[in-house]
Amino acid sequence: MKSLAELEQIRKQTLAKVNLRKEDDDSIRVVVGMATCGIAAGARPVMKAIMDEIEKRNISNCYVTQTGCIGLCRLEPIVEVYLPGSEKITYVKMDADKAAKIVNETIVNGKVVNEYTIGAAKEN
Amino acid sequence: MVEISLHVLDIVQNSIKAGASLVEIIIDENVADNLLTITVSDNGCGMDSEFLSDVTNPFRTTRTTRKVGLGISMFKSAAELTGGSFEIWSELGKGTGLRAAFVYDSIDRQPLGDMASTMSTVIHANPDIDYVYTHSYNHNTFEFDTREIRTVLGSEISLSQPEVLKWIENYIKNEIENICGGAI
Ligand SMILES: Nc1ncnc2c1ncn2[C@@H]1O[C@H](COP(=O)(O)OP(=O)(O)OP(=O)(O)O)[C@@H](O)[C@H]1O
Ligand SMILES: [Mg+2]
Repeated sequence: MKSLAELEQIRKQTLAKVNLRKEDDDSIRVVVGMATCGIAAGARPVMKAIMDEIEKRNISNCYVTQTGCIGLCRLEPIVEVYLPGSEKITYVKMDADKAAKIVNETIVNGKVVNEYTIGAAKEN
Repeated sequence: MVEISLHVLDIVQNSIKAGASLVEIIIDENVADNLLTITVSDNGCGMDSEFLSDVTNPFRTTRTTRKVGLGISMFKSAAELTGGSFEIWSELGKGTGLRAAFVYDSIDRQPLGDMASTMSTVIHANPDIDYVYTHSYNHNTFEFDTREIRTVLGSEISLSQPEVLKWIENYIKNEIENICGGAI
Protein backbone atom coordinates (compact mmCIF):
# COMPACT_ATOMS: atom_id res chain seq x y z
CA MET A 1 0.00 0.00 0.00
CA LYS A 2 1.29 3.41 -0.87
CA SER A 3 1.01 6.61 1.15
CA LEU A 4 1.72 4.67 4.33
CA ALA A 5 4.18 7.45 5.08
CA GLU A 6 1.19 9.69 5.53
CA LEU A 7 -0.26 7.21 8.00
CA GLU A 8 2.98 7.32 9.95
CA GLN A 9 2.38 11.07 10.35
CA ILE A 10 -1.14 10.40 11.63
CA ARG A 11 0.31 7.92 14.10
CA LYS A 12 2.62 10.52 15.57
CA GLN A 13 -0.08 13.16 15.79
CA THR A 14 -2.62 10.76 17.28
CA LEU A 15 -0.25 9.33 19.85
CA ALA A 16 -0.22 12.67 21.62
CA LYS A 17 -4.02 12.74 21.80
CA VAL A 18 -4.58 9.10 22.69
CA ASN A 19 -3.55 9.52 26.28
CA LEU A 20 -6.12 12.26 26.67
CA ARG A 21 -8.76 9.91 25.34
CA LYS A 22 -8.39 7.23 27.99
CA GLU A 23 -11.84 5.98 28.85
CA ASP A 24 -12.76 7.03 32.38
CA ASP A 25 -15.78 8.02 34.47
CA ASP A 26 -15.81 11.50 33.03
CA SER A 27 -16.00 10.44 29.44
CA ILE A 28 -19.16 10.77 27.40
CA ARG A 29 -20.41 7.74 25.55
CA VAL A 30 -22.35 7.95 22.31
CA VAL A 31 -23.99 4.87 20.80
CA VAL A 32 -25.38 4.73 17.28
CA GLY A 33 -27.79 1.95 16.22
CA MET A 34 -26.28 0.14 13.23
CA ALA A 35 -28.57 -2.82 12.48
CA THR A 36 -30.48 -3.23 9.21
CA CYS A 37 -33.28 -0.95 10.40
CA GLY A 38 -30.83 1.79 11.40
CA ILE A 39 -28.71 1.48 8.26
CA ALA A 40 -31.77 1.62 5.97
CA ALA A 41 -32.98 4.74 7.78
CA GLY A 42 -29.63 6.58 7.41
CA ALA A 43 -27.43 5.61 10.37
CA ARG A 44 -24.20 5.68 8.32
CA PRO A 45 -24.30 9.43 7.49
CA VAL A 46 -25.37 10.11 11.08
CA MET A 47 -22.30 8.26 12.36
CA LYS A 48 -20.09 10.10 9.88
CA ALA A 49 -21.44 13.49 10.97
CA ILE A 50 -20.75 12.67 14.62
CA MET A 51 -17.20 11.47 13.92
CA ASP A 52 -16.44 14.47 11.69
CA GLU A 53 -17.71 16.91 14.28
CA ILE A 54 -15.67 15.26 17.06
CA GLU A 55 -12.57 15.36 14.90
CA LYS A 56 -13.16 18.95 13.77
CA ARG A 57 -13.74 20.24 17.30
CA ASN A 58 -10.94 18.11 18.71
CA ILE A 59 -13.20 16.65 21.38
CA SER A 60 -11.17 14.26 23.52
CA ASN A 61 -13.57 13.05 26.23
CA CYS A 62 -16.08 11.29 24.02
CA TYR A 63 -16.38 7.67 22.87
CA VAL A 64 -18.54 6.65 19.95
CA THR A 65 -19.62 3.03 19.48
CA GLN A 66 -22.22 1.10 17.53
CA THR A 67 -24.99 -1.20 18.62
CA GLY A 68 -27.49 -3.53 16.95
CA CYS A 69 -31.25 -3.21 16.82
CA ILE A 70 -32.81 -2.01 20.07
CA GLY A 71 -36.34 -2.82 18.97
CA LEU A 72 -37.56 0.68 18.06
CA CYS A 73 -37.06 0.31 14.32
CA ARG A 74 -39.55 2.98 13.22
CA LEU A 75 -37.65 5.61 15.21
CA GLU A 76 -34.24 4.91 13.63
CA PRO A 77 -31.64 6.30 13.23
CA ILE A 78 -31.25 6.31 17.00
CA VAL A 79 -28.38 7.89 18.92
CA GLU A 80 -27.98 7.36 22.66
CA VAL A 81 -25.85 9.74 24.70
CA TYR A 82 -24.55 8.87 28.18
CA LEU A 83 -23.36 11.96 30.02
CA PRO A 84 -21.38 11.17 33.16
CA GLY A 85 -23.61 11.04 36.22
CA SER A 86 -26.90 11.51 34.39
CA GLU A 87 -29.51 9.38 32.68
CA LYS A 88 -29.22 8.14 29.14
CA ILE A 89 -30.57 10.54 26.50
CA THR A 90 -32.19 8.81 23.51
CA TYR A 91 -32.34 10.83 20.31
CA VAL A 92 -34.51 9.45 17.51
CA LYS A 93 -35.06 9.98 13.77
CA MET A 94 -31.61 11.49 13.44
CA ASP A 95 -30.00 12.84 10.29
CA ALA A 96 -26.54 14.29 9.67
CA ASP A 97 -27.54 17.88 10.55
CA LYS A 98 -29.33 16.91 13.74
CA ALA A 99 -26.38 14.72 14.71
CA ALA A 100 -23.93 17.60 14.30
CA LYS A 101 -26.25 19.70 16.46
CA ILE A 102 -26.31 17.19 19.31
CA VAL A 103 -22.51 17.02 19.27
CA ASN A 104 -22.43 20.77 19.76
CA GLU A 105 -25.30 21.05 22.23
CA THR A 106 -25.18 17.87 24.25
CA ILE A 107 -21.60 16.66 24.03
CA VAL A 108 -19.88 20.02 24.16
CA ASN A 109 -22.37 21.97 26.29
CA GLY A 110 -24.19 19.23 28.20
CA LYS A 111 -27.61 20.46 27.07
CA VAL A 112 -30.43 18.16 25.98
CA VAL A 113 -32.02 18.99 22.63
CA ASN A 114 -35.59 18.19 23.68
CA GLU A 115 -37.21 18.22 20.26
CA TYR A 116 -35.08 15.28 19.07
CA THR A 117 -35.61 13.06 22.10
CA ILE A 118 -37.68 9.91 22.17
CA GLY A 119 -40.00 11.62 24.64
CA ALA A 120 -40.83 14.35 22.12
CA ALA A 121 -41.34 11.75 19.34
CA LYS A 122 -43.80 9.79 21.45
CA GLU A 123 -45.94 12.86 22.13
CA ASN A 124 -46.72 13.14 18.41
CA MET B 1 -31.38 0.40 0.78
CA VAL B 2 -30.52 3.33 -1.46
CA GLU B 3 -26.96 2.13 -2.11
CA ILE B 4 -25.37 -1.30 -2.49
CA SER B 5 -22.65 -0.15 -0.09
CA LEU B 6 -25.33 0.02 2.64
CA HIS B 7 -26.19 -3.64 2.04
CA VAL B 8 -22.49 -4.43 2.40
CA LEU B 9 -22.36 -2.50 5.68
CA ASP B 10 -25.34 -4.50 6.91
CA ILE B 11 -24.00 -7.88 5.74
CA VAL B 12 -20.65 -7.23 7.45
CA GLN B 13 -22.56 -6.50 10.67
CA ASN B 14 -23.71 -10.16 10.50
CA SER B 15 -20.06 -11.27 10.29
CA ILE B 16 -19.20 -9.11 13.28
CA LYS B 17 -22.10 -10.60 15.26
CA ALA B 18 -20.89 -14.06 14.24
CA GLY B 19 -17.61 -13.39 16.06
CA ALA B 20 -15.40 -13.27 12.97
CA SER B 21 -11.80 -12.14 13.34
CA LEU B 22 -11.28 -11.76 9.59
CA VAL B 23 -13.73 -10.49 7.01
CA GLU B 24 -13.00 -10.35 3.31
CA ILE B 25 -14.93 -8.05 0.99
CA ILE B 26 -14.53 -8.21 -2.77
CA ILE B 27 -16.13 -5.71 -5.13
CA ASP B 28 -15.82 -6.60 -8.79
CA GLU B 29 -17.15 -4.09 -11.31
CA ASN B 30 -16.86 -5.78 -14.66
CA VAL B 31 -18.40 -3.59 -17.31
CA ALA B 32 -17.45 -5.92 -20.17
CA ASP B 33 -19.36 -8.81 -18.56
CA ASN B 34 -22.08 -6.38 -17.46
CA LEU B 35 -21.79 -7.57 -13.85
CA LEU B 36 -21.18 -6.04 -10.46
CA THR B 37 -20.32 -8.84 -8.06
CA ILE B 38 -20.06 -8.44 -4.30
CA THR B 39 -18.53 -11.19 -2.18
CA VAL B 40 -18.34 -11.10 1.61
CA SER B 41 -16.81 -13.95 3.58
CA ASP B 42 -15.89 -14.41 7.22
CA ASN B 43 -14.41 -16.90 9.66
CA GLY B 44 -17.21 -16.48 12.20
CA CYS B 45 -19.42 -19.10 13.88
CA GLY B 46 -21.16 -20.21 10.69
CA MET B 47 -24.61 -21.80 10.43
CA ASP B 48 -25.73 -25.41 10.28
CA SER B 49 -27.12 -26.68 6.99
CA GLU B 50 -30.71 -26.74 8.17
CA PHE B 51 -30.60 -23.07 9.22
CA LEU B 52 -28.65 -22.11 6.10
CA SER B 53 -31.17 -23.67 3.72
CA ASP B 54 -33.81 -21.26 4.98
CA VAL B 55 -31.68 -18.21 5.83
CA THR B 56 -32.97 -16.03 2.98
CA ASN B 57 -36.44 -16.31 4.49
CA PRO B 58 -37.02 -13.14 6.55
CA PHE B 59 -38.58 -15.18 9.34
CA ARG B 60 -35.28 -16.96 9.87
CA THR B 61 -33.43 -14.97 12.46
CA THR B 62 -31.69 -15.45 15.77
CA ARG B 63 -32.61 -11.87 16.58
CA THR B 64 -34.57 -11.27 19.76
CA THR B 65 -35.46 -7.60 19.27
CA ARG B 66 -37.83 -8.35 16.41
CA LYS B 67 -39.32 -11.34 14.63
CA VAL B 68 -37.85 -10.77 11.20
CA GLY B 69 -34.27 -10.62 9.98
CA LEU B 70 -34.16 -8.48 6.90
CA GLY B 71 -30.53 -8.13 5.93
CA ILE B 72 -29.87 -11.19 3.79
CA SER B 73 -33.31 -11.36 2.17
CA MET B 74 -33.10 -7.68 1.16
CA PHE B 75 -29.63 -8.12 -0.36
CA LYS B 76 -30.77 -11.17 -2.29
CA SER B 77 -33.87 -9.41 -3.63
CA ALA B 78 -31.86 -6.37 -4.68
CA ALA B 79 -29.53 -8.54 -6.79
CA GLU B 80 -32.31 -10.67 -8.25
CA LEU B 81 -34.36 -7.60 -9.17
CA THR B 82 -31.64 -6.64 -11.66
CA GLY B 83 -31.71 -10.14 -13.21
CA GLY B 84 -28.63 -11.12 -11.21
CA SER B 85 -28.04 -13.96 -8.78
CA PHE B 86 -27.34 -14.69 -5.14
CA GLU B 87 -25.62 -17.53 -3.33
CA ILE B 88 -24.66 -18.20 0.27
CA TRP B 89 -22.55 -20.91 1.84
CA SER B 90 -21.63 -21.65 5.42
CA GLU B 91 -20.10 -24.23 7.65
CA LEU B 92 -20.69 -24.43 11.38
CA GLY B 93 -17.58 -23.38 13.27
CA LYS B 94 -15.75 -22.39 10.09
CA GLY B 95 -17.42 -19.35 8.58
CA THR B 96 -19.86 -17.95 6.09
CA GLY B 97 -19.67 -16.43 2.64
CA LEU B 98 -22.13 -14.90 0.27
CA ARG B 99 -22.05 -13.53 -3.22
CA ALA B 100 -24.51 -11.22 -4.95
CA ALA B 101 -24.20 -10.52 -8.65
CA PHE B 102 -25.99 -7.46 -10.04
CA VAL B 103 -26.59 -6.83 -13.73
CA TYR B 104 -24.44 -3.74 -14.22
CA ASP B 105 -26.59 -1.77 -16.65
CA SER B 106 -29.97 -2.72 -15.17
CA ILE B 107 -32.07 0.34 -14.37
CA ASP B 108 -33.07 -1.46 -11.18
CA ARG B 109 -29.49 -1.64 -9.94
CA GLN B 110 -28.80 0.71 -7.05
CA PRO B 111 -25.57 2.68 -7.31
CA LEU B 112 -22.63 1.03 -5.55
CA GLY B 113 -22.41 4.14 -3.38
CA ASP B 114 -19.84 5.10 -0.81
CA MET B 115 -17.77 1.98 -0.08
CA ALA B 116 -15.10 4.05 1.70
CA SER B 117 -17.65 5.16 4.25
CA THR B 118 -18.91 1.60 4.66
CA MET B 119 -15.37 0.37 5.32
CA SER B 120 -14.58 3.04 7.91
CA THR B 121 -17.93 2.30 9.60
CA VAL B 122 -17.30 -1.46 9.88
CA ILE B 123 -13.75 -0.93 11.12
CA HIS B 124 -15.13 1.44 13.73
CA ALA B 125 -17.77 -1.15 14.73
CA ASN B 126 -15.06 -3.48 15.91
CA PRO B 127 -11.51 -2.22 15.45
CA ASP B 128 -10.01 -5.57 16.48
CA ILE B 129 -11.37 -7.39 13.43
CA ASP B 130 -9.18 -7.55 10.34
CA TYR B 131 -10.62 -6.64 6.97
CA VAL B 132 -9.31 -7.33 3.50
CA TYR B 133 -11.01 -5.13 0.92
CA THR B 134 -10.42 -5.79 -2.76
CA HIS B 135 -12.00 -3.58 -5.39
CA SER B 136 -11.69 -4.17 -9.12
CA TYR B 137 -12.94 -1.98 -11.88
CA ASN B 138 -12.50 -3.88 -15.14
CA HIS B 139 -8.83 -4.82 -14.99
CA ASN B 140 -7.71 -2.35 -12.37
CA THR B 141 -7.56 -3.64 -8.81
CA PHE B 142 -6.61 -2.31 -5.46
CA GLU B 143 -6.40 -4.06 -2.12
CA PHE B 144 -6.65 -2.70 1.39
CA ASP B 145 -5.71 -4.81 4.41
CA THR B 146 -6.12 -3.59 7.99
CA ARG B 147 -3.18 -5.79 9.05
CA GLU B 148 -0.86 -3.52 7.11
CA ILE B 149 -2.39 -0.49 8.81
CA ARG B 150 -1.83 -2.10 12.23
CA THR B 151 1.82 -2.67 11.41
CA VAL B 152 2.29 1.04 10.88
CA LEU B 153 0.18 2.15 13.84
CA GLY B 154 1.70 -0.20 16.38
CA SER B 155 -0.13 -1.36 19.48
CA GLU B 156 -0.80 2.03 21.10
CA ILE B 157 -3.21 3.32 18.51
CA SER B 158 -6.55 1.68 17.80
CA LEU B 159 -8.05 1.73 14.33
CA SER B 160 -11.09 3.34 15.95
CA GLN B 161 -9.34 6.65 16.61
CA PRO B 162 -11.25 9.31 14.63
CA GLU B 163 -8.11 10.55 12.82
CA VAL B 164 -7.21 7.02 11.73
CA LEU B 165 -10.72 6.24 10.53
CA LYS B 166 -10.77 9.44 8.55
CA TRP B 167 -7.43 8.64 6.96
CA ILE B 168 -8.62 5.14 6.02
CA GLU B 169 -11.81 6.51 4.51
CA ASN B 170 -9.97 9.08 2.40
CA TYR B 171 -7.37 6.54 1.37
CA ILE B 172 -9.97 4.03 0.13
CA LYS B 173 -11.94 6.79 -1.57
CA ASN B 174 -8.85 7.95 -3.50
CA GLU B 175 -7.87 4.43 -4.48
CA ILE B 176 -11.37 3.71 -5.80
CA GLU B 177 -11.27 6.92 -7.83
CA ASN B 178 -7.89 5.86 -9.22
CA ILE B 179 -8.98 2.43 -10.40
CA CYS B 180 -12.23 3.76 -11.84
CA GLY B 181 -10.36 6.51 -13.67
CA GLY B 182 -12.99 9.05 -12.76
CA ALA B 183 -15.74 6.84 -14.18
CA ILE B 184 -17.90 7.16 -11.07
N1 LIG C 1 -22.08 -14.22 8.62
C1 LIG C 1 -22.92 -14.95 9.39
N2 LIG C 1 -22.44 -15.89 10.23
C2 LIG C 1 -23.28 -16.62 11.03
N3 LIG C 1 -24.62 -16.48 11.03
C3 LIG C 1 -25.17 -15.57 10.20
C4 LIG C 1 -24.35 -14.76 9.34
N4 LIG C 1 -25.18 -13.96 8.62
C5 LIG C 1 -26.42 -14.24 9.03
N5 LIG C 1 -26.44 -15.21 9.97
C6 LIG C 1 -27.65 -15.77 10.64
O1 LIG C 1 -28.74 -15.56 9.77
C7 LIG C 1 -29.77 -14.81 10.42
C8 LIG C 1 -30.45 -13.89 9.42
O2 LIG C 1 -29.57 -12.85 9.00
P1 LIG C 1 -30.16 -11.48 8.45
O3 LIG C 1 -29.06 -10.53 8.24
O4 LIG C 1 -31.05 -11.76 7.30
O5 LIG C 1 -31.10 -10.97 9.62
P2 LIG C 1 -30.66 -10.51 11.10
O6 LIG C 1 -29.21 -10.17 11.14
O7 LIG C 1 -31.17 -11.53 12.04
O8 LIG C 1 -31.50 -9.18 11.32
P3 LIG C 1 -31.30 -7.79 10.53
O9 LIG C 1 -30.26 -8.02 9.47
O10 LIG C 1 -32.64 -7.47 9.97
O11 LIG C 1 -30.83 -6.79 11.52
C9 LIG C 1 -29.08 -14.09 11.56
O12 LIG C 1 -29.98 -13.84 12.63
C10 LIG C 1 -27.97 -15.08 11.95
O13 LIG C 1 -28.47 -16.06 12.84
MG1 LIG D 1 -28.34 -8.92 9.57
